[in-house]
Amino acid sequence: MSTSEINLTGSSADAAEDAYTLSLDAPRSRTRTKKTPRSTRGNFEMAAWLFMRLSGIVLVVLVLGHLLIQLVLDGGVSKIGFAFVAGRWASPFWQVWDLAMLWLAMLHGANGLRTVINDYAERVNTRLWLKGLLYTATVFTILLGTLVIFTFDPNIR
Amino acid sequence: MPAGTLYRGREGMWSWVAHRVTGVLIFFFLFVHVLDTALVRVSPEDYDKVVATYKTPIVALLEYGLVAAILFHALNGLRVIAVDFWSKGPRYQKQMLWSVLGVWIILMAGALYPVLGHAARVLFGS
Repeated sequence: MSTSEINLTGSSADAAEDAYTLSLDAPRSRTRTKKTPRSTRGNFEMAAWLFMRLSGIVLVVLVLGHLLIQLVLDGGVSKIGFAFVAGRWASPFWQVWDLAMLWLAMLHGANGLRTVINDYAERVNTRLWLKGLLYTATVFTILLGTLVIFTFDPNIR
Repeated sequence: MPAGTLYRGREGMWSWVAHRVTGVLIFFFLFVHVLDTALVRVSPEDYDKVVATYKTPIVALLEYGLVAAILFHALNGLRVIAVDFWSKGPRYQKQMLWSVLGVWIILMAGALYPVLGHAARVLFGS
């Protein structure tokens, strides 16, 4: 509701206006001065928020395309095997597709879980351990997946 | 509403809860999925052996659940983006949630045969 829609009438108009001002003004209108403490976290949270939306849009295309190829087209899951993987990774297009999907999905998921841990783990030590475990698993999975895509050998036998 | 809670109920909160739950489930699957795919670097036999479990009827049902989680998370994610960046997004968030659920039901019906058909043939014969 914008202020222009408020039609104040009667003797209590001043009081009503005061109440309105007090109830809405406080949280957002604080202007920064030299004395306002600076955030030490920089713009990381805003960058993370934006990353979730941008990577999300790309992932909708990458992941739904992946599901269509792996689970729906050409016999669904029953066709998948080493030969099928070798056939797809013979093409640089699908290597780049899978690499982008791996990195974006892992970072998108890791940031999502970081938010969940921040929301529910209240003890400092619990947060520290859960995030340590999360970051370790994330780095390990991204590196392992990247290594597998780049070093894949169709003639491994 | 009990005192001292931020939870407001209704469409906004429940879509947020579902987005979290599906997101966490998808992340855990992704971790396992990268590990099983890494077996292509071990040997074709080991990879095919593990992938064979993905073709059993019980795991096929889990795959249908995975598709359900991913489709909801994807569609509701687009709704979240619309709420954040489209000027009329917050006003139409409920209508957009019902649209998300409508498209989700249609896509889930479409995925029924491709994802579970193989399991049905295994269970009931072709």
